Parts: sequence; C-alpha cells; structure tokens
Amino acid sequence: MSEVEPSTGEAAVFWVCAILSVTGALGLILSRRAVHSALWVALTMISLAVLYIANAAPFLGMVQIIVYTGAVMMLFLFVLMVVGVDSSDSLVETLRGQRIAAILLGVGVGILLIAGVSTSLTGVMSVGLDAANAEHGGNVEGLAWLLFSDYVLAFEVVAALLITAAVGALVLAHRERWTPRKSQRELSEERVRTGTHVTPLPNPGVYARHNAVDTPGLLPDGTLSEITVPAPLRARGDLRPINTAAVEETAALAAGNDVLAPSEYPVADDPGTSPGEPR
Amino acid sequence: MNPESYVVLACVLFTLGAIGVLVRRNAIVVFMSIELMLNAANLAFVAFARMNGNLEGQVIAFFVMVVAAAEVVVGLAIIVTIYRSRRSASIDEPNLLKY
Amino acid sequence: MIGTGAAMLSDSAPVLQPLAPASGVFAYLWVLLALPLFGAAVLLLGGRRTNRWGPYLGCLTVITAAAYAIALLVSMMALPADERAIGQSLYSWVAVGSFQAEFALQLDQLSMVFVLLITIVGSLIHVYSLGYMEHDVDRRKFFGYLNLFIAAMLLLVLADNYLLLYVGWEGVGLASYLLIGFWQFKPSAAAAAKKAFVMNRIGDVGLSLAIMLIFVTFGTVAFDSVFAQAGQASETTLTWIGLLLLLAACGKSAQFPLQAWLLDAMEGPTPVSALIHAATMVTAGVYLIVRSGAIFDGTAVALTVVAIVGVITMFLGAIIGSAKDDIKKALAGSTMSQIGYMIIAAGLGPIGYVFAIFHLLTHGVFKANLFLGAGSVIHGMDGQQDMRRYGALRTAMVVTWLTFMCGYLAIIGIPPFSGFFSKDDIIHAAFEKNWIIGVCGVLAAGITGFYMTRMIIMTFFGKARWEDDVHPHESKPVMTIPLIILGIGSLFTGAALVYWGDIVGWLEPVTGLQEEPLAIPTIALEGITLTVVLIGVAIAIAKYRSTVPVEPPPGNLLTVAARNSLYDDAINDALVVQPTYALSRGFVTVDDRVIDGTVEGSASLVGGVSRRLRLVQTGFARSYALLMVAGAILVAVVLVVVRLS
Repeated sequence: MSEVEPSTGEAAVFWVCAILSVTGALGLILSRRAVHSALWVALTMISLAVLYIANAAPFLGMVQIIVYTGAVMMLFLFVLMVVGVDSSDSLVETLRGQRIAAILLGVGVGILLIAGVSTSLTGVMSVGLDAANAEHGGNVEGLAWLLFSDYVLAFEVVAALLITAAVGALVLAHRERWTPRKSQRELSEERVRTGTHVTPLPNPGVYARHNAVDTPGLLPDGTLSEITVPAPLRARGDLRPINTAAVEETAALAAGNDVLAPSEYPVADDPGTSPGEPR
Repeated sequence: MNPESYVVLACVLFTLGAIGVLVRRNAIVVFMSIELMLNAANLAFVAFARMNGNLEGQVIAFFVMVVAAAEVVVGLAIIVTIYRSRRSASIDEPNLLKY
Repeated sequence: MIGTGAAMLSDSAPVLQPLAPASGVFAYLWVLLALPLFGAAVLLLGGRRTNRWGPYLGCLTVITAAAYAIALLVSMMALPADERAIGQSLYSWVAVGSFQAEFALQLDQLSMVFVLLITIVGSLIHVYSLGYMEHDVDRRKFFGYLNLFIAAMLLLVLADNYLLLYVGWEGVGLASYLLIGFWQFKPSAAAAAKKAFVMNRIGDVGLSLAIMLIFVTFGTVAFDSVFAQAGQASETTLTWIGLLLLLAACGKSAQFPLQAWLLDAMEGPTPVSALIHAATMVTAGVYLIVRSGAIFDGTAVALTVVAIVGVITMFLGAIIGSAKDDIKKALAGSTMSQIGYMIIAAGLGPIGYVFAIFHLLTHGVFKANLFLGAGSVIHGMDGQQDMRRYGALRTAMVVTWLTFMCGYLAIIGIPPFSGFFSKDDIIHAAFEKNWIIGVCGVLAAGITGFYMTRMIIMTFFGKARWEDDVHPHESKPVMTIPLIILGIGSLFTGAALVYWGDIVGWLEPVTGLQEEPLAIPTIALEGITLTVVLIGVAIAIAKYRSTVPVEPPPGNLLTVAARNSLYDDAINDALVVQPTYALSRGFVTVDDRVIDGTVEGSASLVGGVSRRLRLVQTGFARSYALLMVAGAILVAVVLVVVRLS
C-alpha cells in the first residue's frame, strides 16, 4: 500500500472508526450504568484496533483486541459484577461547579492540544513503515528485533512488573478470614440477641404468575415491606411497583365480588410483566 | 492519509477521557476513562511511528499497553478491596484525604 | 607601686633551663605518679574486700613515693646546678593540627621541693589518719581519696605543660570535693563540699581561659616554649593571662574574693584539713603563679593586683582567725592569712618568688603540725571543736601540747624557728618593693601572734571548761609520732633550708633572683617585726589570761563581723547569688513572654492560616484531578506564550 499518497480507502476507514471511537468515548461519559460504559469503551477500543492496523501496526492492532478488548475490558466487567450497582453511578453532580469546570478545562485541554498538533503537523506526510518493516522481514519481526535488542532491559523490567502486579493483585484481593466462620447456631443466637429479626427475612411478594424476587411483599395493611426484596435490587431502585389494581382485585375476589374486566387493568411500564394476566 | 487526522483524533479521545475522569464518580468508570486516555496516547504513538518511518513508536505503544494491563490488575484489586470495606466504589467517598 | 614591669624584666627574667632527658634514677619518674594512683585504683575499685588491708596499702604507696622522692632529691643534688631540670615525655597526648600537648613530666628544682612536701607531709598524714580514722566504717574509701589526691597533686606539680597541669588541677579539686564531703551524711559537710566545688569552678574557668589565651598567643601550652616567648607578647595580653591565672590561683588558694569556701571546708575530717586545706592543695595557686613567673614578669599590672589580693586576704584571714571559737576554723583563717603572705611574695616579682616557695614549705610543715595537733585535741575531746570548751589540756595531752607549741613558735616567727626565716624574708622583700606592703606584713605578723596565742591559751592553759562527760586523753602513738616528726620539722625546717639546703640558691635557676642591697638593715627589720609580734602575744595574754567565758561575749562590731567570717557568705549572696536568681527569673520571664510568645505566636499564625487554607483541601480526588488539569493547562499556555514571544 502506498503511504505517500492519501488513499481513499484509508480515509473511509479512518472516518468510520473515528466516529465510532468518539461515539464510544461519549458513551463512556454519558452512560448511567457502568456496564454500559464498559461496553462503549470496548467499542472504542475495537475501533482503535482497526485504526492501528490501518496505521501499519497490525501486531499492535491484534494486541489491542486481545489484551484490551479481550482481557482488560472483560476484567472490568468481572469487577463490575463483584462490586455491583452503586449509587455513584448516578450522573447527578455532587461537587458544586465540578462539572462545568471539568468540561471547560477539558475543552481547554483539547483546544490547546489540537491547536498545537495542527500548527506543527499540517501538511506533514507520513514516511511510511515499508522500509522499516522490510528490514527484518515484517512488522512483527521488526518489533521483535527492537524489543529483544535495544529494549531488552525495559522488556525484562516490564516482565518483572507484570509478575509483581499479579502477585500484588492476589495479595490485595485476598481476604483473610480472621474469625472462624459462624455456625448456624451462632448466627441464630446472634439474631435472637440483637432482637431485630429473629426469624429469617420474609419472602418477596411472589406472585405465581412470574415468580419475581423484585416484587415487594405486602404487609396486612397493604403497605409494602422493603426487607422482602434483596438488598442489591433495593440499592439499584429496581423494586417492582405495586400493582394496586391486582391487590384490589384480590380483595374483591375475597369479598365474593366480580372481578374487573381484563382491559381495565392498569398497564405497568415494566416490559417484563404481562399485565393482562390476572392469575 | 496524513498523520494529522490521527493525532487530532487522539487529542479528542484524550480530552473526552480527561472529562470522564473529572465528571464520573464511579471508580471503575474513572478507571476506564484513564484507559481511554492511554489508548489515545497509543494512537498518537502509532501515527507518529508511521510518520517517521520508525518502529520505535510502536514499541513504546506496546510497553504502554503492558504497563496499562498491570496497572488495571492492581487498580481493580484496590477498588475491590475498598469496596469490601466501604461498600462503595465512589471515588468521592474515601475523602479521608481531607483529615 | 611595685615598680615597672620593663625594669624588672630587664634584669630578672628567670633563666630558662634546658630539660635533660630522664636517665638513671630519674627514668622512673612516672612511678611517682603511678604509685598513689595505683593505690587509689585498688582501694576505690577493689570494693569491700580491700577493707582490711586497704588503709595500709594506701600508706605504703605514699611512703614508697616519699622514699623515691628523697632518692630523686639526692640524685638531683649530685647534678650541677644548671642540669637539674629533668624532662620525661611519656606519650603524645593531644595532637590536633598545631595543637600539641605531650603527656610529659618535668622535674626541676621547684617541682622537686613540692614533690618532697607532698609526699613526706602526705606520708605523715596518712600514718596519722590510720589512728584518727580508726573507727570510721568508710576508712578504706578515705585512704583511696587521699591517694587520689596525692596522685593529682603530683601530676599538677610534675606537668610540663599547662594542659596537663589543668588535669592535675581538676583532679585536686575533685579529691578535695570528695574529702570535704566525706561525712556526707552531715548536710553541712555535703553543702560545704558543694560550695568548695562551685567556688573552685570559678577559678577553673579562669585557668581554662588562661590556657586558651596562652595557646592563642604563643601557639603552644608547653612551659618551656611559652616562657621562652613570653617576652615577645604584648603587655596587654600578658596582663590578661596574668589576671586569669590569678583568678585560678584565687579559687584554689582561697584568696579574696573566692576565699569563702575554705572555712566551710573544715567540715572534712581533720587530716584532710591538714593535708589539703593547709599544707598542699591550697598552695597550688602559689605554685601556679611562681611557675608562670615569666608571664607575670612582663606585666606590672597583674603583679600589682596579685600583691593587693594577697594583702587583702592576709588581713581577712588574720581577722577571721582572731575571732573564731572553732579551733579548726581559727586555723583555717590562719591558713588564708599565711597563703596571703605567699601571694604577696609572688606579687613582688622575681625577688619574692623564692620566698613565696620558702614560706610555702615551712608553712606546709608547721600548719600540718598545727592541724594534726588540733585533730589530736578534737580526738581527745570526743569531737568537740569549740575552744571555749577546752582549757588546761597541757597536762592531759602532753605530747600534743608540746608539738603544738613547736608549730606555734614557728608560725608566729620567733627566731630561730621556721616562720621567722620565711616570713621575715617576705616582709623584707616587701619593704624593698613597697613600704606599704611591708607595713601591712608587719601588722599581720602582729595579728598572727595575737590569734595563735589566743588559741594556745584557750586550748592548753587556764581552767578546764570541759563538758561533763569528756575525759581528755593523749592520742595513740600512730598519731603522736607524726606529730613529733612534724613538730621537729616545724622548729628546724626554716633554719635547715636556709643554712644547709640553700633554698635561695636551689630555686634560683627556676625563679630567678636579683640580689638587691637592702635599704633597711636586716637586723632592724627583724627587731621591729619581732616587737610587733610580741605586742600581739602580750595583748592576747592580757585578754585571755583570766577566765574565758564558755558563752562567747557580745564583742564589738569587728569581733561580730569576724565571727561571721566577715559576712563573706552574705556578701556572696547579695553580690552573686541573688543577682543570679534575679537574672534567672528575668530570663524565665523573657522566655515566657518574648521567646514563647514568638514561637507560640508564629505557631498560632501558621495554625490560623492553615485553618483557612485547609478549606482548599476538599479531600475529593476529583477536585485534585481538576486542579491538576488546570495546572497542566497553565504550563502548556506558558510554554506556548514563551515559544511565540
């Protein structure tokens, strides 16, 4: 491929990937959920991998996909699973003036960088890597040659760093159990002693129709009991709203009255439910 | 295709990453923003390597990736540890730096 | 005035003797030091297991040293007069750049007489102490301290440079402190020891400053080099060195204004008073001045001050000695007075140096005799020291009485006994230089006659005024034999030194001497002095012949003042102690207000500013990140601006 003349194909690849990567970056910033952010970043990284390959760096492109998109981003997702959903996902700014200042400063950085880059790079053409790659028989061979000659010390140091990081991660993530695991007896005694919930926590308000744990149980007076729903769902605010009509219908049935027509049931906004089915 | 386009794109991505760091509160998202900034730098390295006809830029980008991988491993382990003790992954919460 | 320094310098600078290497019997000069040091080490480090034989070892080391000293004397007398200075360098002690100090000993004629005095009188006092301290549980320690003292004093007189002399000087001070406070269970003894130590420190400061000044001026501290260059230094420098040396001498020799400690030092056991506070240690100041004669010769001012200090102390001591009822304190006053004589002699310049040493020798013998006699009396009177409780002891303690009389005749200067020769020589020389000092010397001789006669009458004559349960008895031979030896010495040392030993000729190579025709005929002066002394004796007899009241009579103003040691403690308190307290209180106030105020003020300033600046530190990592970005932008903008401009 000729590097001296800008090729149409490369221009097309660049623009597509540039738009995708910027979209991914914006998605990272704007997504409410961390999982979505991770997926958007993965998109950006894949786009960047394509751009690497377009820039005569096929090895780096592959490494980008394997290491970043494959390993690093998946590690992020694993950790997200461990950490779960957090109130910090909220996009509401808590520090006064932080968001405006951040955007202003960020744009300032961007303007400065782009101004600096475009003043110095306008009209500069790439030399191309054909000659450099040809010297040792290809891109990978050229990189290997450099890595194991000029950069061999750095390479070794980086190897040591990786080992250290692995060990460090093990040490950090390892949780030492300081006390023996409590037996069921001890747990029940503890519950009795603290006196809050002697019995196990109540079950969610399970309806036979969909068996959802996100449905809160109702107390005899009709109010809902939050402790019937698992804590992570509560933290995420994923309590299913009470289907008051169904409750009333149940009450009516119990009183021997006729049930309402199915069309009169209110429709819940949750796609997972099928409001039309009373039982 | 001249290198200017690539470098400008790298600048844009870097800026977005920086804004992400400043704006988001979830430590993991902040971490991802940092990764984005590293990737932007890598893109600039690769473009410059091609511009100068020299493979060393790619070597540097390679090292950046490796170091970033190590950093991610340790950083995420720290986040997990903090989450275990504080039940939160917000970077505003551990403001013990104040006292 | 005493004459001009320049005139004296021209004809009287002491001849500098070359130091011959130690050979023959002199090769073991260091043994002289090592013997008592060894004794002290064994006794003090050996602990209780040396209790039984320790005191005898202590005596043995000193007696051996005395025997060796006599052997040295005999060998030295066999040498020609100008080859009698012996030097022995043991090792290089301090060698820092140009500052060189050898651990070197020097034995010349001056050191020789001191060595003899220290070892022989020291031996007698050691033996005497065997009896005197017989019942003391800590007598091993006592002999250890005595040996330590002998070693330090020998080092002082044998040193061949000022720095080594300083070591001995401090060692003597330490031993004195330990011995004054030997009965430390008595608060008065502990306080007296502390007082002596502190007042000696003042003098020691003078000596250390003098040594520093000597080194700065001459670039060395060795005696021979310093004295060889003494003539080249400016008179101002020499005056300062001389005054600082005088301050040192005042501290160690209990001269005005540092005399207050000597009377309190009588709290120590009587042999200590005899050895340290009469015969040897207090004469160290005289030794220092005579040894530094080459420096004093160049400065008439310092010499004059020396003589004035001597005159003042001579009268102070004599007046105090006339009024004290405690026999040891009366003798201590006498010691001050007699050392005043020596200091006067030293202040007369080269003409007086030799007489200062001469009087020092005779005084060392007869004052040791008197003190040991007093100790014998105290021993026989069960520790009673008040002379108003004595009387009629001549029948009860015959040997003590007779030997005490020997010392008495010697000190008041009845011819042909010791004091007659030495004291009259000083008075004589004083008249040569300045008739006022001479008249003072004669007057003080009269007062000496008064207080010594008073002491004799109150102690040995008249009616017995003993307390009821006291039965005076003569001491044991171990105490009386040294008394007898010292008594004989008191009588004849003076004559022996003049007629047989030729003390003047002996010391001349060290001190220098000018033969000046005496303006006043010797015989006339001796007659005048003797008459004045006899008048003093007669007054004392007239006053104390009749009964002595047991309770001291009110007395006139001077008597009351003298009984209170001329209020020296009150004066020291008013002049030094209270101002020091006031100064300290002032410093405390300054410290509290100014220094603490500054420190705490700056602290609270920093604290206040920090409390406000702290608000910048929100603790939010994102705020810090924002600031970092702002900083990065700032740097980039600055770079761009610099690049463009």
